[in-house]
Amino acid sequence: MPGLLAAAFALAWAIAHHGWLNPYQQQILMYVGINVILTASLNLVNGYMGEFAVGHAAFMAVGAYVSSLMTVRLFPFQAAPYLFPLALVAGGAAAGVVGLLVAFPSFRTRGDYLAIVTLALNMIVKSAIENVEAIGGPRGFLGMQRLTSLPWVFASTALALYVLRNFIHANLGRGVLAIREDEVAADLLGVDTRRVKLYAFVLSSALAGVAGGLFAHVVQFINPRSFDIIRSTEILVMVYLGGIGSLAGSVIGATFYTVALEWLRFLGQWRLAIAPLLLVLLMILRPTGIMGLREFVGLVPRDERGLRGRLARLGYGTVDSGGGAAPSAPEGSASPHGPA
Amino acid sequence: MRRSPGLFVLAALVLAWMAGPSSAQAQEIVVGLNAELTGSIPVVGQSSRNAALMAVDEVNAQGGLLVGGARHRIRLLVEDNHDDPAAAAAVAQKLIYQDQVVAMVGPNASRDAIPAATIAESARTPMISPWSTNPQTTAGKSYVFRACFTDDFQGQVVAGFVYRDLGLRRAAVLYDVASDYNKGIAEIFRSSFTKLGGQVVAFETYTTGDRDFSSQITRIVSLNPDVLFLPNYYSEVPLQVQQARNLGYEGPIIGSDSWGSTEIVALGGAVMNDQFFTTHYAPDIATPEARAFIEGYEERYGSTPDDVAALTYDAFGMLFHAIQQAGSWEREAIRQALAQISQFTGVTGTMSFHGTGDPEKSAVVIRIQDGQFRYYGAASP
Amino acid sequence: MQFLAQQIVNALQLGSIYALIALGYTLVYGVLRLINFAHGDIFMVGAFLAFFAAVLLDLPFVPTLLLSMAATALLGVLIERFAYRPLRNAPRVSAVITALGVGLFLEHFTLASVGAQPRHLPPLIETVVYRLGPVRVTTVHLVIFIVAVVLMVVLDRIVNRSLTGMAMRAVSWDKSVVPLMGVSVDRIIALTFAIGSGLAAAGGLLYATAYPVIEPYMGVLVGWKAFVAAVVGGIGVIRGAMLGAYLLGMVEILVAAYLPSTYRDFIAFGLLLILLVFRPQGILGRREVQKV
Repeated sequence: MPGLLAAAFALAWAIAHHGWLNPYQQQILMYVGINVILTASLNLVNGYMGEFAVGHAAFMAVGAYVSSLMTVRLFPFQAAPYLFPLALVAGGAAAGVVGLLVAFPSFRTRGDYLAIVTLALNMIVKSAIENVEAIGGPRGFLGMQRLTSLPWVFASTALALYVLRNFIHANLGRGVLAIREDEVAADLLGVDTRRVKLYAFVLSSALAGVAGGLFAHVVQFINPRSFDIIRSTEILVMVYLGGIGSLAGSVIGATFYTVALEWLRFLGQWRLAIAPLLLVLLMILRPTGIMGLREFVGLVPRDERGLRGRLARLGYGTVDSGGGAAPSAPEGSASPHGPA
Repeated sequence: MRRSPGLFVLAALVLAWMAGPSSAQAQEIVVGLNAELTGSIPVVGQSSRNAALMAVDEVNAQGGLLVGGARHRIRLLVEDNHDDPAAAAAVAQKLIYQDQVVAMVGPNASRDAIPAATIAESARTPMISPWSTNPQTTAGKSYVFRACFTDDFQGQVVAGFVYRDLGLRRAAVLYDVASDYNKGIAEIFRSSFTKLGGQVVAFETYTTGDRDFSSQITRIVSLNPDVLFLPNYYSEVPLQVQQARNLGYEGPIIGSDSWGSTEIVALGGAVMNDQFFTTHYAPDIATPEARAFIEGYEERYGSTPDDVAALTYDAFGMLFHAIQQAGSWEREAIRQALAQISQFTGVTGTMSFHGTGDPEKSAVVIRIQDGQFRYYGAASP
Repeated sequence: MQFLAQQIVNALQLGSIYALIALGYTLVYGVLRLINFAHGDIFMVGAFLAFFAAVLLDLPFVPTLLLSMAATALLGVLIERFAYRPLRNAPRVSAVITALGVGLFLEHFTLASVGAQPRHLPPLIETVVYRLGPVRVTTVHLVIFIVAVVLMVVLDRIVNRSLTGMAMRAVSWDKSVVPLMGVSVDRIIALTFAIGSGLAAAGGLLYATAYPVIEPYMGVLVGWKAFVAAVVGGIGVIRGAMLGAYLLGMVEILVAAYLPSTYRDFIAFGLLLILLVFRPQGILGRREVQKV
């Protein structure tokens, strides 16, 4: 695996350095990488933990603005390319702090109420940026150098997937899965559900912040509108398209979505009518997404691989990633609150 | 690892996309349009595309552009940027590197034009934005031009018109805080109007997509201004005017070039009568160029062209003019010819460039009467 | 005081429209546990159907209302039949994502087929401004408020007093037992969608009467806000949706009235967030009992 990664990194570097792909293709590949980070990080909360957060673009916005402010206002122009990783880390950290703020109310809420908390957060962050004149307000912020390159995106994506993989397969990750299956039971079994949720949320939002930092330094222009509910919806679609509870799914979902939308350009205006239709069709045929609850072998730690089949079978039977208290299976245990 | 069919489909898709379309035929001149066909302002993209198709078809109907003694047909590629800065950047890359366009027209909205302009500049490809009024779009760039005047210019023009021509002193403003264009004009209006000696008594905002302005307007009415300035898009303005009238505001209402579509009358009806706005050209005192364009557009699309259509048409006009002047469709030659345009007479008036990408052009004041746009006077800051 | 009274009239109009849309969210959620994210776009389609009824068929207000409600109800049933029913036993969130997909499809299908040009709904009600003291109330205010209240009362009756309503409540409690009592679950769910979509269409027409410019993306923001209203009131609870909608209307209007309007969304959503921290189940919602 490390050999493969190194080869892939070398390839990413060579593509960028020798221009093997034209800048348009490189740009789309960078969008793919950024989307993979966003998708995989949201998958931790929505897919693995079974919550339903919908405002991921808010964290992306925080990361984008913080890292851009650092590279433009704080770092000397010449040094910025070398200090870029620092800006990305800072953007991620800031987004993580905001994630922490969301994690607190989410201790009290679950499922659809978390959806509203994150939705509100998305609107609040967008509205807040619009009101801060010092960072451009609605006119947006610019002046960033094009610091993001294919190798940077590749390295960040690989690192994000590595961190997520290790998190999921560590003790905490077990807790995450337990919360998805049954939060109350997990609590009774001694899982510190508060701590697990806190860590998962913070990690997820921090990674989204890093993705935001990369995004800002590809497009070289950010404005609050780029991080609205519509962007959040896009991330959600990529998560469920690829498949819940699967990092491989996130890679495939984000790649498929990004590339397919470019590829469908010849359809013109109908492009955006056809794409959601395909999504609906996929959901009907494969409700857990392309890779739902399955994983590439490379994304499972070596000593876990024997468990892979068992885990998948175990997960498949009881998926309730909707995050509601009641399992969706029709055994009729829906909780007692109806229209009244 | 179980082989996943998804992986193969994905790999095939990525490869198919990378193979891409083949480049243009030798004798065609390929130009691109980067337009907001979907997203929050699809009307802008649609008008832009309509005018672009018209401009290109007119040239091709004559056999193409006369360059170097021979006629060369124009091939127009229209791409949708979804009114998203990231997508606008990707479209710019696609047009420039994949499709090898000689020049790009668009994007229209400044939020899309700014990142696209960054790419055009670094790729040394001429770009003309028909409608982006934000100074940042062309600032410090030598390959990026625009066909319209800037926010700064127009904000001053409106302030001067209200203060000097109408003689009004107490202004109220209602604008979309989430949109760079509206906010830009509103703020420049406020500073210019205050500098002239006027007073801005209310400076109220809303957010893109809102349809209810009753709260803000009730507040404005309670402050009793002489004039209400609405620098907002024509799909929203009729609602604002109507609600202002229903809530008891009776004074004059002023707008900016974003009112410049007769749709505003179709949507608003009689309440729009007797209001003023500043814009790029007046249909009723139009030059022969403008008249031909308006008639051709009406015949082809069954609607009156709005300001985006007129400006897109002029952007293509300038581009074709530059190619002919240069006698070449090399990107660098086009840029030089564009930068040296000293007087181009288009639909939206005469334009000349003086060392920047911003044209020097005049503004006019229009008064809406009986559902028609009537020339009221020329305007300057 | 006069200023406040006028703002309350403004808020009642906005709240009534939010309420009709929020009800659709809450009805479908109550019965299916599905957040129907396509609902805002169904509302948009309802407004367009009303537009075509009013312009092409030249119908007056009431027939336009009934026709668009009926046509949109049919659309709701079709969406349920072809997009949601196949997923009824799938993970719940697959249906939510399908709903997002259906919503995007409706938006862009309308955009590509009808065109991007915003349309103007001709005034179906003559606007007369009444002055109640210093407060200005228009016929549009009155019609919106009355139609919304009538529809809400009728709905409340149906759900709480009729046999059909009893069946709906039964489905929401336990889907597996209902067929044993001779009630078709499919039929009840289809009916729920029909009612919810019909109400959205009514909301669409009223909205287009108050703000007579319609375009394909008009449902997005309103839809999200109505969803917020439904959750704040306690999703799945009909009276909660109404309360949440009027509350949201009131908060939005009053924040813009008394604080800098630039901060409206920031403050309005901040307040709602704080409310949810203290009462996550919504104002009228009951806490879910989680099974162990």
